Amino acid sequence: MARLSIIVVERDRERALRIVDGLMISGDHAITVISEETGLARRIADQKPDIVLIDVTDPSRDVLEELALASGPMERPVAMFVDRSDEQLTRAAIEAGVSAYVVDGLQPDRIKPILDAAIARFHMFHKMRAELAATKAALEDRKIIDRAKAILMKARGIDEEAAYALLRKTAMDQKRRVADIAQQLVMAAGLLT
Amino acid sequence: MTLVPLRLGYVPLTDAAPLIVAQELGFAAEEGLVFDLIRLQSWAQSRDMLGMGGIDAAHMLVPLPIAQRLGLGPAYPDFDLVMVLSAGGQAIVVSAALAVAMRAQGHGFGFDDPLAARSALSGAIGAVPPGRLRVGVPFPFSTQAELVLRWLDGTDLADQVSIHTVPPPLMADALASGEVDAFCVGEPWASYAVERGAGTLLLAGRAIWAAPPEKGLVLTRDFAGTRPDDTGRLMRAVWRACRWLDGPDNRGTAAEILSRPEYLNLPPELTERGLLGRLHVSASGEVRHYPGFIRFHDGAANFPWRSLAALLARRIARQHGLDLPWATERAMDCFRTDLYRQHLRSAGADLPGASARIEGSLAQATVVSAEKGQMILGADAFFDGETFDPAFAAR
Repeated sequence: MARLSIIVVERDRERALRIVDGLMISGDHAITVISEETGLARRIADQKPDIVLIDVTDPSRDVLEELALASGPMERPVAMFVDRSDEQLTRAAIEAGVSAYVVDGLQPDRIKPILDAAIARFHMFHKMRAELAATKAALEDRKIIDRAKAILMKARGIDEEAAYALLRKTAMDQKRRVADIAQQLVMAAGLLT
Repeated sequence: MTLVPLRLGYVPLTDAAPLIVAQELGFAAEEGLVFDLIRLQSWAQSRDMLGMGGIDAAHMLVPLPIAQRLGLGPAYPDFDLVMVLSAGGQAIVVSAALAVAMRAQGHGFGFDDPLAARSALSGAIGAVPPGRLRVGVPFPFSTQAELVLRWLDGTDLADQVSIHTVPPPLMADALASGEVDAFCVGEPWASYAVERGAGTLLLAGRAIWAAPPEKGLVLTRDFAGTRPDDTGRLMRAVWRACRWLDGPDNRGTAAEILSRPEYLNLPPELTERGLLGRLHVSASGEVRHYPGFIRFHDGAANFPWRSLAALLARRIARQHGLDLPWATERAMDCFRTDLYRQHLRSAGADLPGASARIEGSLAQATVVSAEKGQMILGADAFFDGETFDPAFAAR
């Protein structure tokens, strides 16, 4: 079977490398990464790929839509991959955040392993992003709680442990997060000084 | 009262205002709804989200549901356009090289004269490589593409022009880097290119066609059919927001709301230009006043005339080699004047006697008879005086 030529449109170098790694596991392909959005249509037309993979939320997707519609005699018809017979795969791809444009006539069984590999990588990105956001939020929470504790210690002459206990009790009484109570306290203290 | 949540997709543009205002100013809550407004990055994403059920309704280019119905997109459930959200708001912008050459010919960039602008462009065509005028539009199926091609139809320029899709936020860069020579886009992206020093405003979309429908409220036929009550509430909430947006003195407030980080995330001063019809044509601050540059309501702007669908389908069918009567019929079928009448009658919307008309026949706003009493239709003439009769196209 001939090697498939795949283009990955991805600005972030780190992400692009990870996608390429994932795709290589699914088979021997000729993979090109395009990381610049200028001249995208021309670059893709020059390469004549079998499959183009791009983030669902990438604004440049509309450029690919135009390529998909172009049907000059020298051009190969391309279409966004939406397969009625395998709706689950399409849905999985879009939910993971990857869209695929495939050349007309490419066998579905050749597309599937590639899409599966891309979906797996995109899921990983989501997880990493969610983890990063959670870590960041936790850090923010800690900072604000520390400031609230300091305010309480100073205002009421109590130690750190007592200050935290007070915050926690208030949060429990009000059915709120400790960080939210701390936030309110810091804001109110800001107004009073 | 518990509010019914609806997920609405929008692409960050000035003309997303009806959905944003409906939520922010309480028109949605008034109808027992709360909008979860989802910012999307491309029209392809909007179409896919709606097709896959990721959103309940979308702010969408008017020709996009037509193209879907003509089979020019992925196989998704049928889309319906239930009301027009805005008319106008587009501008044609030219590169620095073209602007210099046009000024050298004595063109004054008045922004409102399509014939003067066209002949100036013709005279300056030496500023681009021979036989190659590249014009950017936001999407292959867009009112912008219709406006540009109509403007150049029947001239030498029509043989030289090629239309290229460029995502609006990238248009200023595409112009600056010489990827395109001009573009047609909705605000605030035309003003953004001016502000970046990349382009000069040449012509308002409304100068080419007095009432070019720009965005519509689009949902799946399945949603409109199975959730008629929510469809009606959604339409009324958005329709009232449109009416508010055309109220005197509301545009400044609208600019403030739209500019917030969670929506357009641009300085209000920039967003305001199109909304107030006070546009800077160049970075040196030449201001042009264009009253009614964008309309959200007045002149029956929201009515989804079936004849508009037929008109927009004509060029798409021609470009893609589709049978014209077939395309006309299918296109008209997705503009739901029936739902507009059914759901907006109670809100007090003006309802015209017919659901299709001869497009381009009104040189100025005209009083006509309506379902009840009379109503005012806005001007809808084309600059070239063409009129379009959908009955003729369908035959």
